[in-house]
Amino acid sequence: MDKFTKLTGVAAPLPILNVDTDMIIPKQFLKTIKRTGLGKNLFDEMRYTQDGKEVADFVLNQAAYRKASILVAGANFGCGSSREHAPWALLDFGIRCVIAPSFADIFYNNCFKNGILPIKLPQPDVDKLMDDAQRGANATVTIDLEKQEITGPDGGCIKFELDAFRKHCLLNGLDDIGLTLQKQDKIAGFETQRSQSFPWL
Amino acid sequence: MAKPRTLFEKIWDSHLVDVQNDGTCLIYIDRHLVHEVTSPQAFEGLRNAGRKVRHPEATLAVADHNVPTTDRSKGIENEESRIQVETLEANAKDFGVEYLRMDDIRQGVVHIVGPEQGFTLPGTTIVCGDSHTSTHGAFGSLAFGIGTSEVEHVLATQTLVQKPAKNMLVRVDGKLPAGVSAKDLVLAIIGRLGTAGGTGYVIEYAGEAIRSLSMEGRMTVCNMTIEAGARAGLIAPDDVTFEYIKGKPRAPKGAAFEAALSYWKTLTTDEGAVYDAELIIDAPKLEPMVTWGTSPEDVLPISANVPNPADVADPAKRAAVERSLAYMGLTAGMPLTEIKVDTVFLGSCTNGRIEDFREAAAVLKGRKVAPGVRFLAVPGSGLVKEQAEEEGLDQVFIAAGAEWREPGCSMCLAMNADQLKEGERSASTSNRNFEGRQGRGGRTHLVSPTMAAAAAVTGKLTDWRKL
Repeated sequence: MDKFTKLTGVAAPLPILNVDTDMIIPKQFLKTIKRTGLGKNLFDEMRYTQDGKEVADFVLNQAAYRKASILVAGANFGCGSSREHAPWALLDFGIRCVIAPSFADIFYNNCFKNGILPIKLPQPDVDKLMDDAQRGANATVTIDLEKQEITGPDGGCIKFELDAFRKHCLLNGLDDIGLTLQKQDKIAGFETQRSQSFPWL
Repeated sequence: MAKPRTLFEKIWDSHLVDVQNDGTCLIYIDRHLVHEVTSPQAFEGLRNAGRKVRHPEATLAVADHNVPTTDRSKGIENEESRIQVETLEANAKDFGVEYLRMDDIRQGVVHIVGPEQGFTLPGTTIVCGDSHTSTHGAFGSLAFGIGTSEVEHVLATQTLVQKPAKNMLVRVDGKLPAGVSAKDLVLAIIGRLGTAGGTGYVIEYAGEAIRSLSMEGRMTVCNMTIEAGARAGLIAPDDVTFEYIKGKPRAPKGAAFEAALSYWKTLTTDEGAVYDAELIIDAPKLEPMVTWGTSPEDVLPISANVPNPADVADPAKRAAVERSLAYMGLTAGMPLTEIKVDTVFLGSCTNGRIEDFREAAAVLKGRKVAPGVRFLAVPGSGLVKEQAEEEGLDQVFIAAGAEWREPGCSMCLAMNADQLKEGERSASTSNRNFEGRQGRGGRTHLVSPTMAAAAAVTGKLTDWRKL
């Protein structure tokens, strides 16, 4: 997993509530057995017409946002299925940070496993960044994970909250499995005790 | 005296392997269900790192999302779907995990298979790379969906890194009126909580109406808990639960069953335990429910009218209603009972169990599917299909003009050939009415099995009690 330290990039506005995982990556693209290559189908049904042409007014098709690396969205972003194809598609497109008033739990979790930073902010802060994002190519935003700060195009600074352990893993690009395997002895100990307490399992 | 604990706290505490100073927990996972869509990259990750599956015997694999529901003798036509299913079979073999083949009578939707096989047991932790894993909470197990990275983590370590969830009680007082089902109840709960109302919570369902539900009904309620944003639903096990489990292939037998039973009986919330939030629902006031929009929270009683965006004060919510109505092709204020459907889907992990087929068949018996309506009846598993056929239910569906299919996820998410075309409209017993969920441009109304059958007969959304 790539480390996440500091990110400066264009923020794209997606002012829709309850952006679900079917919107982010429709099911016909879940048939892959790889993690990569999903970026071209990110938001497929909003981004392309039935015959594959770009929908001109969809945000990521507009010249200013084609290289966006930050997404500003409405509440409950990522609701629906557990498909990790959703963060994979975002990452493959180049999105490393999503800012919204709230996220669905599983999607939120999945982001951290892929070096994507989901930032929860109070609605007024999201509204401010949404305004900033709507300025097109001028909407360059900087995210500093170490300082937990977002700097907008006008230099204004917004602080954000984040779980300390998740921040640590993201800053260092740490692999969860590797960390857990350092606790092998505790797992084995638990299993011994479990086979006594719950022999039917 | 020990501090009173909720059911969630009891299960959580009994699975703690480690707690870090910052409160991050490592919890043990008893059971892991695996399907073809969210597992290939996890197995690839294990292979690349030279890791094994820590407990193959605690893992069960079955293909459901991609499988055809028509004649299977020729295999899977779509190449990508076929590769995904073949990849699961190969991975299961390589890593020593039991795999239920497409031609195995036990094959079916993963959340129907687990309980049928006795793989799902009270007091356990169960995960699967699928959000509807919440279904298994009906047995008093802590069950939730995870992403593929976490699937790999569980395969490698039999544990997950988690923070404890908050705990909500949803108490459903009184009895459900005749003709109002578990599906109507859970849709009503989602309508009350909203699609994000349960975010961060594990919901425990209690109260007279919940106790009166069969296991099938309880699974329907827990299944759709994720649609309220909560990761897991829980119902304390009771005699209904124990009776269901007894004799299932993987359930404990004899003395082991008795030992398990005495533990399972302790799996209730203690008197005086505190929840972080509570919602009380008055069951006798409920009606059959239907969704009108593109989020499961967009739900109303069948007697209501399509909402008017002008009545919504919050601008973001108003925009969402406008977007939904435009996508759904509905006019504000029109009665829900005037909405015509051309497709009916009976099945899915929400409503693909035997009781669902019995209820729909009882409505269909002696009636015909309306001209121009396509009705897909897709049992949740080979065992559900077999049971239904033994009871002659298949003949009821066929005589009415429905298509009697092979088991799988089918039109719930339309990854196989069962899809809505642009502009087609379904009454569906599945769980999500998102834009494009059942096919690009398809329009979905979520309903119960009896309501689906009634819509098939009349060709429009209908209060089945008035048929």
